[in-house]
Amino acid sequence: MVLNRRDFLFLASASISTMALGSFAKSTLAQSLNDGSEGPFELPPLPYDYNALEPYIDEETMRFHHDKHHAGYTKNLNKAVSKYPELASKSAEDIVRDINGVPADILVTVRNNGGGYVNHKMFWEIMSPNGGGTPTGAIATAITSAFGSFEAFKEQFNDAGAKQFGSGWAWLVLDSNKQLKVMGTANQDSPLMDGMYPVMGNDVWEHAYYLNYRNRRGEYLQQWWNVVNWTEVNKRYQQGMA
Amino acid sequence: MAYELPSLPYDYAALEPSISKSTLEFHHDKHHAAYVSKYNNAVKGTEFDSKSIEEVIKAIAGDASQTGLFNNAAQAWNHSFYWQCMKPNGGGTPTGELAKKIDVDFGSFDKFVEAFKNAGATQFGSGWAWLVLDGDSLKVTKTLNADNPITSGQVPLLTMDVWEHAYYLDYQNKRPAYIDDFLGKLVNWDFVAQNLAAA
Repeated sequence: MVLNRRDFLFLASASISTMALGSFAKSTLAQSLNDGSEGPFELPPLPYDYNALEPYIDEETMRFHHDKHHAGYTKNLNKAVSKYPELASKSAEDIVRDINGVPADILVTVRNNGGGYVNHKMFWEIMSPNGGGTPTGAIATAITSAFGSFEAFKEQFNDAGAKQFGSGWAWLVLDSNKQLKVMGTANQDSPLMDGMYPVMGNDVWEHAYYLNYRNRRGEYLQQWWNVVNWTEVNKRYQQGMA
Repeated sequence: MAYELPSLPYDYAALEPSISKSTLEFHHDKHHAAYVSKYNNAVKGTEFDSKSIEEVIKAIAGDASQTGLFNNAAQAWNHSFYWQCMKPNGGGTPTGELAKKIDVDFGSFDKFVEAFKNAGATQFGSGWAWLVLDGDSLKVTKTLNADNPITSGQVPLLTMDVWEHAYYLDYQNKRPAYIDDFLGKLVNWDFVAQNLAAA
């Protein structure tokens, strides 16, 4: 959305009185100020408070990561598809899945920003302040069957995250034969681009952990398991198998 | 042969407020040191052990079986070069032959600045922006992750690290502000001119 002066004054005066507002109103306000975009794709609000994942992921990191980085991908994706109405009517996941069908003049922009949009949308959902522990349900059985044990899976996943040189993601995916597999992707590439279904992914761009962990990506990878929302991961696994 | 981690050519706090002491401590003592030590461990006892790091970089560029060695070698080299491209109270404009050549090859210094800023801002993910001598002409280029222009026969004259670790503690997501400060306040144009003279 574009803020005109009247909106701005309204929001500015509203922010003065945020002390008096509930957290719902505050998060609505933050989103109005931060999505910064006009188009079919909306920046999804965080499903928990910015500080909810502390001490594993700090509030400042979450603010920059969601309000700046994810908002930036959203804005750039909207801008790129604005002259292609047939893309604007598709879901972001469908656009990314059919990345080679994207017009050449916006292909790189959509690869980077469409990938960034869907990856981060998934990322917020598969974390929770009540996360961690061990998986339950169908995903638990599937992980044990594919990797031997949960510990062996974690080790493979952390290894994929540690070895992803530069910016990128570590993933648990369902491949085209519906087999669980661990892999890494560079930058904002999504497994959807290669016909695979992302069950869960961890962001290993430095912006995901640098304020809190500095150069210690390995420590971030270890700690991240404390916030994994296994209920949501199980749901995604079942959607991917369906 | 073993590659030695060079000391910073200035104090850790010397580039403040543009680049903080903390950023330089992590960047030099952790990131750069790790690339150097991983390179030295990986090259030891191999057929490349007798070569200089530049020769190794050129020899294995593009070889998929040597990606790990290449990444650490190129990152070791890139960072050593990057430290020298900056100095306290740097920035400003180049002089002498370098200034003339920039005018001729880019049209003006401002045009060069625009091209260099654009290269740094549009390098998606991690990487580097460069001013290189390509044949007889100056060019601005950008490379992904560890990639380095010496692998394509170009002579690096100036580089700017745009990995997030280079600026995230000081600028967070605002990479363009880091780029502005790098050009306006940090570039060591004497070093760039020396590289051109030696090319």
